[in-house]
Amino acid sequence: MNNKKIILSTKNLTKYFHEPVKFKALDSVSFEVYAGEFLTLVGKSGSGKSTLLYCLSTMDTTYEGELFIDNQKVTNQKTDELAQLRGTSIGFVFQFHYLLPEFSCLKNVMIPALKLGKYSHEEIEAKAYQKLALLGLQDQALKPASKLSGGQQQRVSIARALINDPKIIMGDEPTGNLDSKNTEIVFNIFRELSQDLGQTIIAVTHDNDFAKASDRTIELADGQIISHRKVYE
Amino acid sequence: MKAPVNVEIALTHIFTRKKQMLIAALGVTIGIALYIFSNSLMKGFTKYSRNEMFKTMPHIKVFKEDEISKPLLASANSQSLTVIRNPRMTTLSKSLVNPYALIKTIQQEKYVRNVTAQVNIDFFYSNGKTQLKGMGSGVNILEADAMFSIQSTLLAGSLQDLAHNQNAIVIGKGIAEKMNVGIDDNITVTSSRGVVKNMKIVGIFSTGNKSTDEQKAYLHTTAAQQLAKESANYATDIYVSVHNPDSSLVYAAKLQQIMPYKVEDWQTTNADILATDKIRMIMNNVVALAMMMVAAFGIYNILNMTISQKLNDIAILKAVGFSGKDIIKIFVTEALIMGVVGTLIGLGIGAILIEILSRVYIGKPIGYFPIYYNLNTFLVGGSFGLLVSLGAGYLPARKAASVDPVEIFRK
Ligand SMILES: Nc1ncnc2c1ncn2[C@@H]1O[C@H](COP(=O)(O)OP(=O)(O)OP(=O)(O)O)[C@@H](O)[C@H]1O
Ligand SMILES: [Mg+2]
Repeated sequence: MNNKKIILSTKNLTKYFHEPVKFKALDSVSFEVYAGEFLTLVGKSGSGKSTLLYCLSTMDTTYEGELFIDNQKVTNQKTDELAQLRGTSIGFVFQFHYLLPEFSCLKNVMIPALKLGKYSHEEIEAKAYQKLALLGLQDQALKPASKLSGGQQQRVSIARALINDPKIIMGDEPTGNLDSKNTEIVFNIFRELSQDLGQTIIAVTHDNDFAKASDRTIELADGQIISHRKVYE
Repeated sequence: MKAPVNVEIALTHIFTRKKQMLIAALGVTIGIALYIFSNSLMKGFTKYSRNEMFKTMPHIKVFKEDEISKPLLASANSQSLTVIRNPRMTTLSKSLVNPYALIKTIQQEKYVRNVTAQVNIDFFYSNGKTQLKGMGSGVNILEADAMFSIQSTLLAGSLQDLAHNQNAIVIGKGIAEKMNVGIDDNITVTSSRGVVKNMKIVGIFSTGNKSTDEQKAYLHTTAAQQLAKESANYATDIYVSVHNPDSSLVYAAKLQQIMPYKVEDWQTTNADILATDKIRMIMNNVVALAMMMVAAFGIYNILNMTISQKLNDIAILKAVGFSGKDIIKIFVTEALIMGVVGTLIGLGIGAILIEILSRVYIGKPIGYFPIYYNLNTFLVGGSFGLLVSLGAGYLPARKAASVDPVEIFRK
């Protein structure tokens, strides 16, 4: 991969928790992520993977150091600007499936796009169907989100993360609740998104095969990066 | 056109909690219906008692005020003395000079509806041995009727007879009962100036006010002037009615500038009644306000509950690009929907209650139940309901907007 464009980078990202005692969860984490890269974060439980991802996601703003997304300094931006940035540029898949239980799967997928307001309602609906189909869920579209199995809900939340065609898709154990067949489906989708559409994937995982098959893996231990395993170069 | 996504989310929250939200909305309903209903009752009562008052009292009165001699004559220069005297009433006659010319002047003012001269005198009624103290108003009965609608208080007889007959008299019901006289009977009137007149009763009225009905009589102007031993150019008061009685104070001030005599409006004369009205209105509004506060608490409560149940949803919405302002909009919209529903039902119930009560017939002299409402009452009630819902929604909504999604996701 030549001519690599940096899409996200951190400089000395340090994060403390103050309750119940002062605790350094991230310690001077600096790294760069390239556009179209499929990056995985691994490490033992409690090593700071989720904490790091929340900082990258712009939802956690109480850290020291700097975060850049798409060449823009994100650190210290106003919360409303960050919300806008999340809407346009970042898609999330959470460790536990987080859907709005009172809405249909289709609506759940549509909501971020309706908020963004870039397309008409009809266009958004068509797009949402397309994303659900991508994850093999077209039959479940009109069911209430609460009536789906855990694995199905997880896939709906992946479809939702894709709806605005974000530059970066972040996942905290996005395949944590999926069987091996569905894990493979999700992996292949991530692979396609990064390779064909140039979208960047940053995923926390405990699944070694999943990590090995990604472009690069960053390993954390006690809030520090202990290795960058690069597949390419 | 589809509703904006914020509204869509708000509506979904409401439809999944129909019952609780409806109960909260009904709080607003009760507050508003109560406000409109009691406000209209109050206004109806005030209007009724005003009308009763205006049956005998003019909006504006022009009369000669009692003059008091100046207690102090200031010295003209340092050499002369200051004279102090005992102040005393120096009014010799209550007569207005050239009242009919003054009436013409007053009639030119465009806010004036009717003007009439009054020859007011004190006298005694007598019939055989019975004697009764009374008050006579010498009037042009047609003008006076236009002002006080005397015709509507008439129990028997006719006002026309008084217009044509200088010896006719229209008396209150109480006088007729006490003196045991009726239509076409004669009654003797003796004025304080010692003039005695034998008069024929052509009408009997009842104003509903006991002391008026036991004292008052209407006479022909000329008869009253004769009883007062005065000329045909004599009058004691000029009564003025205006198109808008509530502005009497202003009109009286204007009239005062062109009148050589004291001009007094009914609001000044009845300052005490107006003050009582005001206090009653304030009390009424305080009760309605307290009701609305309870309603507001209902909305506040249900929203607070919804928000604490929906922390997850709020965190997700924030994660996918909803700003704090969007979250506020969602929950304020919910409060407003409850407010609008509650307010509309409240306005409807208020209107129905008013409609029902205004059809209740109480009987003479009141007639139908006095209840009065105007658009303003409904507008004030409605906007107040919405405003309160807005406030009750904003506080919990702001709390929702400050939810930290990371904290929720970590749990
Ligand atoms: N809100 C918090 N307050 C205090 N300490 C916290 C908080 N959240 C996380 N920590 C601590 O920070 C460290 C990193 O936590 P984090 O959730 O990032 O781990 P992780 O690598 O995602 O683990 P896992 O694989 O189990 O999800 C842990 O030691 C944890 O106890
Ligand atoms: Mg974690």
